[in-house]
Amino acid sequence: MADLTTHIGALQLKNPVMTASGTFGYGTEFADLVDLSQIGGIVVKGTTLHHREGNPYPRMAETASGMLNAVGLQNKGVDYFVEHIYPTICDYDTQMIVNVSGSSVEDYAATAEKIAALDKINAIEVNISCPNVKQGGMGFGTSPKMAEQVINAVRRAYHKALIVKLSPNVTDITEIARAVEAAGADSVSLINTLLGMAIDVRTRKPVLSTVTGGLSGPCIKPVALRCVWQVAKAVKVPVIGMGGIASATDAIEFLLAGASAIQIGMANFIDPTVSVKVKQGIDDYLDQNGFQSIQQIIGKLEV
Amino acid sequence: MARKCLLDCEVVENLPLSNTCFQLQLRPVSGALPAILPGQFVEIRVDHTPSVVLRRPISVFDVDFSSQQLSLLIQKVGDGTVALSQLKAGEVVNLLLPLGNGFTIPSESGKRLLLVGGGVGIAPLLYLGRVLRDGGHEVNFLLGFRSTREMIDLKPYEAIGEVFVTTEDGSAGERGFVTNHSVLDQKADFIYTCGPTPMMKAVAAYAKKASVACEVSLENKMACGLGACLCCVTDTVDGHKCVCSEGPVFNINQLKWQI
Repeated sequence: MADLTTHIGALQLKNPVMTASGTFGYGTEFADLVDLSQIGGIVVKGTTLHHREGNPYPRMAETASGMLNAVGLQNKGVDYFVEHIYPTICDYDTQMIVNVSGSSVEDYAATAEKIAALDKINAIEVNISCPNVKQGGMGFGTSPKMAEQVINAVRRAYHKALIVKLSPNVTDITEIARAVEAAGADSVSLINTLLGMAIDVRTRKPVLSTVTGGLSGPCIKPVALRCVWQVAKAVKVPVIGMGGIASATDAIEFLLAGASAIQIGMANFIDPTVSVKVKQGIDDYLDQNGFQSIQQIIGKLEV
Repeated sequence: MARKCLLDCEVVENLPLSNTCFQLQLRPVSGALPAILPGQFVEIRVDHTPSVVLRRPISVFDVDFSSQQLSLLIQKVGDGTVALSQLKAGEVVNLLLPLGNGFTIPSESGKRLLLVGGGVGIAPLLYLGRVLRDGGHEVNFLLGFRSTREMIDLKPYEAIGEVFVTTEDGSAGERGFVTNHSVLDQKADFIYTCGPTPMMKAVAAYAKKASVACEVSLENKMACGLGACLCCVTDTVDGHKCVCSEGPVFNINQLKWQI
């Protein structure tokens, strides 16, 4: 058994497999099915300063090898999280990471500050890439200047590991990655969903209530892998790779491309136990290829 | 409530029941079925890429714990359900179950209960009807179809309670919609309904007017089935609620239906 330990800034993960925000709830929803202690980290549902009802139904459309979602950051707000959810999840034997979203720079910073007070949360993932909200979200992640402003403010309010989740819906993702690194991010995670849409030809209407939504699943993996490879070369901070990962082979591709850890999203819906299988598969790959540590394959793509 | 589990099940039989519906009879390959309440559902893995990647939520039609058999009544509506219709005896499918909350079972026996189903929405009412009858209640089914072509054999329902039928074309039972049926003149103590949304809304409107308690079972499009992805929400008096984990059964007073 190889050493699977990996680091995201000051955050130590026992293995590189994390579950992506919005696809694994608070972990609790999967606890009957999965031994959560086998997972490196769980990124909980996007949390905002105030309660959000999210977008109207329909919020989901299945597409070829993937799905579109337009949930729109439905959550009960950070105070509810702190009072009611944190006490129920803080003793899970894995790193619990809170995904933070906002519609203004001040909102992001205020939310991060409240999370900073929670002893057992060692990292936040700042979402500047949600395509499903009118204000903020992706708007902050498509302009280097806006991204820098948000991360500067969050950095002042939050002193533990700060991960920034990037949008692929940009001309040059490395530009945004460098901007948030300069603003003090400890890590970047990518990619969030790709902006897409689906049409119902019977009704001649969009499938989603919001017309457009975020595409995820196996269909986006090649795009995600390319982004991770580009960003890993462009920044010094650790990169967390995600986008369509459904197997250990997929995960290893991201590690080779330069990711220090990976997140699993849509695949959790198809096989709720996939994260544990991916972790085991990575371990087997390292053993079979004579590696003692996961660090020996990170970024070792031979071009 | 029973722990959720992933269970590999063997297809015992795949029976076509009408032009559009089939019955999938399943038995666990190993292990046992968990406790399942009437109204709960399963998510069945289809693996028919690229068009079908997500599991399909299917309500429990019937369950027999003594023979460890689970029945699903499925309508062919798209690539996923068509792929399931082609399963052969001996093939293995993976189920995630039991999901969601069941219907309310009245605590006092002797109630007069009306179970109103439309099309494939009659599926969860069979197991519900049996549990209610065994609980000492009078069970009446009111089942609506477009025509006899999409009707299945209703003998399993007739074995449990009285069955009233409507068809839109008058080819069986009373002509028209379920809400036109004369059985509604006799007031029930509780109405349970599952079927197309316009039908459930009409039944809910009747129940509200007649001051009869009523529960509906919704079938929004869903992904995880566990209340994690928040894709399948419905609007309630308490905000958006997940149909998969907080439903699929809702009291009509919880929903923000304009009825």
